[in-house]
Amino acid sequence: MERLRTACNRLCSARRTALVPFIMGGDPSLEATKRLIVALEAAGADVIEIGVPFSDPLADGPIIQAASARALARGARPRRIFSAVASVRSRVTVPLVCLTYWNPVLQFGRPAPQAFFRAAHASGFDGVIVPDLPIEAAAAAKRSAAREDVATIFLAAPTSPPPRLRAVARASEGFIYYVSVIGTTGVRRALPAGLLHGVRQLKLLTTKPVYVGFGISTPGQAARVGRAADGVIIGSALIHVIAAARGRSAVQAAASFVARMRRAVGR
Amino acid sequence: MASSRTVPDRIGYFGPFGGQFVPETVMAALAQLDDAYRRARRDARFQAELRQLLQSYAGRPTPLYFATRLSQALGRGVRIYLKREDLLHTGAHKINNALGQALLAVRMKKRRLIAETGAGQHGVATATVAALFGLECEVFMGQEDMRRQALNVFRMRLLGARVVPVTSGTKTLKDACSEAIRNWVTTVRTTHYCIGSVVGPHPYPLLVRDFQSVIGREARRQLLAREGRLPDALVACVGGGSNAIGLFHPFRNDRRVQCIGVEAGGTSLAPGHHAATLLKGRPGVLHGAYSQLLQDREGQILSTASISAGLDYPGVGPEHAYYQLTRRARYAAVSDAQALRGVQLLTRTEGILPALEPAHAVAYLERLVPRLRRRAVVILGLSGRGDKDVQTIADRLNGTAAHRV
Repeated sequence: MERLRTACNRLCSARRTALVPFIMGGDPSLEATKRLIVALEAAGADVIEIGVPFSDPLADGPIIQAASARALARGARPRRIFSAVASVRSRVTVPLVCLTYWNPVLQFGRPAPQAFFRAAHASGFDGVIVPDLPIEAAAAAKRSAAREDVATIFLAAPTSPPPRLRAVARASEGFIYYVSVIGTTGVRRALPAGLLHGVRQLKLLTTKPVYVGFGISTPGQAARVGRAADGVIIGSALIHVIAAARGRSAVQAAASFVARMRRAVGR
Repeated sequence: MASSRTVPDRIGYFGPFGGQFVPETVMAALAQLDDAYRRARRDARFQAELRQLLQSYAGRPTPLYFATRLSQALGRGVRIYLKREDLLHTGAHKINNALGQALLAVRMKKRRLIAETGAGQHGVATATVAALFGLECEVFMGQEDMRRQALNVFRMRLLGARVVPVTSGTKTLKDACSEAIRNWVTTVRTTHYCIGSVVGPHPYPLLVRDFQSVIGREARRQLLAREGRLPDALVACVGGGSNAIGLFHPFRNDRRVQCIGVEAGGTSLAPGHHAATLLKGRPGVLHGAYSQLLQDREGQILSTASISAGLDYPGVGPEHAYYQLTRRARYAAVSDAQALRGVQLLTRTEGILPALEPAHAVAYLERLVPRLRRRAVVILGLSGRGDKDVQTIADRLNGTAAHRV
């Protein structure tokens, strides 16, 4: 947890836009996931988000849905993703954040949800994001994650009224995940109107770093978002690059895509 | 116990079940809906408007019909009453809820309705009320269900709705529901998500239950007038569980009335071959609520199978999970083959063709009646009519000798 908080604050005070790529654990394979983690750090990632797939991902558009289905079909169980991460943890220093849904966390083992957080921490994860766990339902989860030294990161949306934004900001640790669009994850041609305004409004309510995700697809978009936000999260666009490259070249393609994003948001 | 306190509580929990597990983007819309519904519930004008529509448009009250020949066929002097929701406009109980939610949508100034549908009955009901109120309507339906319920797809289109085929996952109700939620996440400012069952995040299980409780309120009054007594048992099919909750809920404090929900037993009770969530599930989170769920050891949702598209769902309403936990209701499963026998039994004895969903409840009577005291009184929730299923029934019965019984 400390590693995430320190890293996010340090990036913030150095005025470096945090670059946060998202990959799906086990897509295209667990071996690739390991190599991707190492390569993405080298390409300039400041935090890496790794998905633990769920059969029914409600916040995700078609690209990440398909990645989840591919990963599950190839047997990417939470425990196997944790061991893959653990095996490369010492080779990278960036914070690692696990993104999954509430049901896999609940079913992972007893006592729930603590068993999941314990295993996540043991494998080297610093934080978790659970998009279908709103702050109201998260009090117990937050306490049990904290006991395992895992940060809980919450999402703020353009539809969240100011009192909710404040509560999300208070609850979120490391950074606040601002959802750029009213919608699911996915590649989008243009940034939504009002995005930068929304980010600035949120930043007026909190001193914590605000990272923006959902739909940021091109280096140009990332650069524009980076001017208002403290970090940009690149999900579907990167998953698409990995899926399109296939096989051995996937890691190379992902790394050069993230390197381009890095150059766009500045060093 | 179910009667000793009111469920759900303020934040939507039925004991441990229920709650709100959805993306942040729709949380504000759920709060708005909760607020609108709380006011509508106390608002005499809203209630009067709904009552008026239920009477003059949907055809309420529906008869509580004494099924003489069915009762004789089952024996022991047991008296079976059918609550005839199949006689409602659009052919099933779904219209009760769709009318209520459309009125709410209009109050919230949302001009677009979306819905998920399995058998198509809720989709038809939503498309119908959208036409009635001049609202835009989009219905999400699994591709597999569009094939097996082609007639209802055509009806929805005729009513002016757009039917969106869902090709992800199992291509049935579960995936239609996921896709409807994703669409709602995207269109939440202008759109009301008209959920068809007592599932989903709070306040849906509450408001759908309230809108469907008209079934049980009428049945209770009608039976008291007719028999001067309460029933011994209530029987209804359970997919998500809206018609069953609608029947059970007004009897929840009548402790002597047994409530029995009948789930889809599919071809066998092995994983993936049925949709008997309360019999074979474990608690977990799907589609916004904590309830019983058919899932593997790691929490991935299992595929389901049922001859009836409307029951083919791996989850169930949180209030049913609560009734099961508190033993206020019990649950059983009926197989595809038995459900087909249920269709034939009711058709031949009463001249009433039930939908495949309530045919599960009809079939269960053969198991229930021998265990009841003599001259017991049973109310069966006949939630919908079988016209939509004629093709499926024909396909299944042709080639077997069953249709010549």
